[in-house]
Amino acid sequence: MANEQSNSANPNVDLKYRRKKNAEEMKHQVVTFVLMIFFTVISFVAVAMDDFSHWFIKPVILLLAVIQVVFQLYYFMHMKHKGHGTITLFLFSGLAVGLITILTFLTIVWL
Amino acid sequence: MSTYANKKGFGATIWDYLTTVDHKKIAILYLISGGLFFVIGGLEAMFIRIQLAIPNNDFVSAGFYNEILTMHGTTMIFLAAMPLVFALMNAVVPLQIGARDVAFPFLNSLGFWLFFFGGVFLNLSWFLGGAPDAGWTSYASLSLHSAGHGIDFYVLGLQISGFGSLMAGINFLVTIINMRAPGMTYMRMPLFTWSTFVVSALILFAFPPLTVGLVLMMFDRMFGANFFDVAAGGNTIIWEHLFWIFGHPEVYILILPAFGIFSEIFATFSRKRLFGYSSMVFATVLIGFLGFMVWAHHMFTTGLGPIANAIFAVATMAIAVPTGIKIFNWIFTMWGGSVKFTVPMLYAVAFIPTFTMGGVTGIMLASAPADYQYHDSYFVVAHFHYVIVGGVVLGLLAGINFYWPKMFGTLLNEKLGQITFWTFLIGFHLTFFIQHFLGLMGMPRRVFTFLDNQGLNTGNMISTVGAFLMAFGVLVMVINIIITSVKNEKVGNDPWGDGRTLEWSIPSPPPFYNFKQLPLVRGLDAYWVEKMEGKKEMTPAEPLGDIHMPNSSFLPVMIAFGLFVAAFGALYHMDDKSWTLPIIIVGLLITFGSMLIRSVKDDHGFHIHKEDLMDDSDKGGKA
Repeated sequence: MANEQSNSANPNVDLKYRRKKNAEEMKHQVVTFVLMIFFTVISFVAVAMDDFSHWFIKPVILLLAVIQVVFQLYYFMHMKHKGHGTITLFLFSGLAVGLITILTFLTIVWL
Repeated sequence: MSTYANKKGFGATIWDYLTTVDHKKIAILYLISGGLFFVIGGLEAMFIRIQLAIPNNDFVSAGFYNEILTMHGTTMIFLAAMPLVFALMNAVVPLQIGARDVAFPFLNSLGFWLFFFGGVFLNLSWFLGGAPDAGWTSYASLSLHSAGHGIDFYVLGLQISGFGSLMAGINFLVTIINMRAPGMTYMRMPLFTWSTFVVSALILFAFPPLTVGLVLMMFDRMFGANFFDVAAGGNTIIWEHLFWIFGHPEVYILILPAFGIFSEIFATFSRKRLFGYSSMVFATVLIGFLGFMVWAHHMFTTGLGPIANAIFAVATMAIAVPTGIKIFNWIFTMWGGSVKFTVPMLYAVAFIPTFTMGGVTGIMLASAPADYQYHDSYFVVAHFHYVIVGGVVLGLLAGINFYWPKMFGTLLNEKLGQITFWTFLIGFHLTFFIQHFLGLMGMPRRVFTFLDNQGLNTGNMISTVGAFLMAFGVLVMVINIIITSVKNEKVGNDPWGDGRTLEWSIPSPPPFYNFKQLPLVRGLDAYWVEKMEGKKEMTPAEPLGDIHMPNSSFLPVMIAFGLFVAAFGALYHMDDKSWTLPIIIVGLLITFGSMLIRSVKDDHGFHIHKEDLMDDSDKGGKA
């Protein structure tokens, strides 16, 4: 990865710092991974339980899905790192365009 | 491959252009083919005006008139304006940001050839049973019932050329984000580069809805689906939405580069820094964003309901604010400047009142209740020709005059340029100003004739006379180009004498590697900054070294040609002919085979060696 490269030719420079950074990164990834599995389990259980109304389960599952996408993008695809500003901008403007379209279709075409 | 341009034979030159991946040559290809389609679209416009010159005319039949009208709109938007915009972008943007080429030179070439074959395919419909006849918007309720293959040509042709546009857009985005010269921050980019950047983002988001719409239309027409067929449970309004979600950003895709060109021209010939640079950037980005939230103003009368109409009306009117910012900034740029009225500057000055008039009628159309009156009348025709011809075409003519020396190394004749300008401008206003009133008097658009004694005769006659004046202007421009090319008097790197940006710091036309050493950018209008410090050229940002260049390739032509062939198979497939399936397969084999060759063949390009780049000045001068 371009942003993990050291500026120095000597690989031992800042080794300690980089180790610490990597360990932290790893911790974040494990935590989010566990959370994502947990969310998935919740979704499955919510459907399997059969006790809740559909009007409750559907929004909850969708909300959990959105959180998982955010985790995926920011923790596993490195969007929280520096130098991803342009990508973030384009991702969210694309999202905005798509959502406005869907919103319009939902309000004045389909429903 | 030699570093020095040799005299080449005709065949070798053709082969060179067929295989080129150089952005400057691709710009010339875009310019030639865009110019050709512009002339074809212009001829169609002349036929329209001849037919409507007098009441009850029978110059063309009703059906043929529909085809001419449809092809005039489609050709002018997709096959003339778009490629001419791309021509200027390709010619100028890499030079303006101090890059040696675009980010993906191969893709650049592929984009051109896809556009070209898509355009040729669309125009072959004239000879193969009739052109599309449902208007350039091709509303599904009409186009699904169009007999013959016209609409299928429209769908497949636009699909192919749409791929090309999307590729070009992505290419420019990546180029501008990654390949700016050292020191060129976003807020030091020239305005034309900024508008190219915003436009490329619009292309990225606007073309997929068109692709989806065309795919659905293709399924409806060719495979018996019913996405838009109301009788079978579909919804014909969905096509209108998809088309305009693309179509409205599309008109900004055309106008924003024109704004960029005019910004360069105003600053250059007022010999002043562009007034309010940062607000210009802000306005460009804002127009880009708002452009996606207003598409339903084309559909006020389809019955979206008062709330939707109100929302889209207000959003539409909001666009007047950033556009107004730009208009005032251009005026303030000229204010107090030492203005030089060259041909590009004439276009720029004429553009301000012309475009403003188009903007004002735009606000009138944006008020939904009033739109019920104007809808589908010649008022609308007048409005969009004021913004597209008065904005985009004037911008393109100005840009072609302005950048002609950078592209070809010769200056277009000033006198002939002025003749073109005046005849075109006067002709334009004659043609379209009167159409506002024709519309308000009740003349509907897209009709092939009108009756006598309705008070429409004089107006239509004036309009036709104006159209002939415009045609005369274009003719003079073609003559101008021929004369200039034959004379071939080469000019230096800064022929206007007041160039502000990087492209004017290198020879005209630039060497194929553009910059021997990447320049160091020390402020907005980088070349001007150096000039003001008494320097003749840019400070280099790197030592002289080997330059890595891409190899030419014939594969882009093959890939595009394969789709062109397959499209014929797909088009006639619904007629139950036996030869269509093999044609589709052969076409796709050519396309995917060429792509496979591209993938598996290692092509590392070549290096221009440092020694070949050195001239006397690098060796410490002549002894």
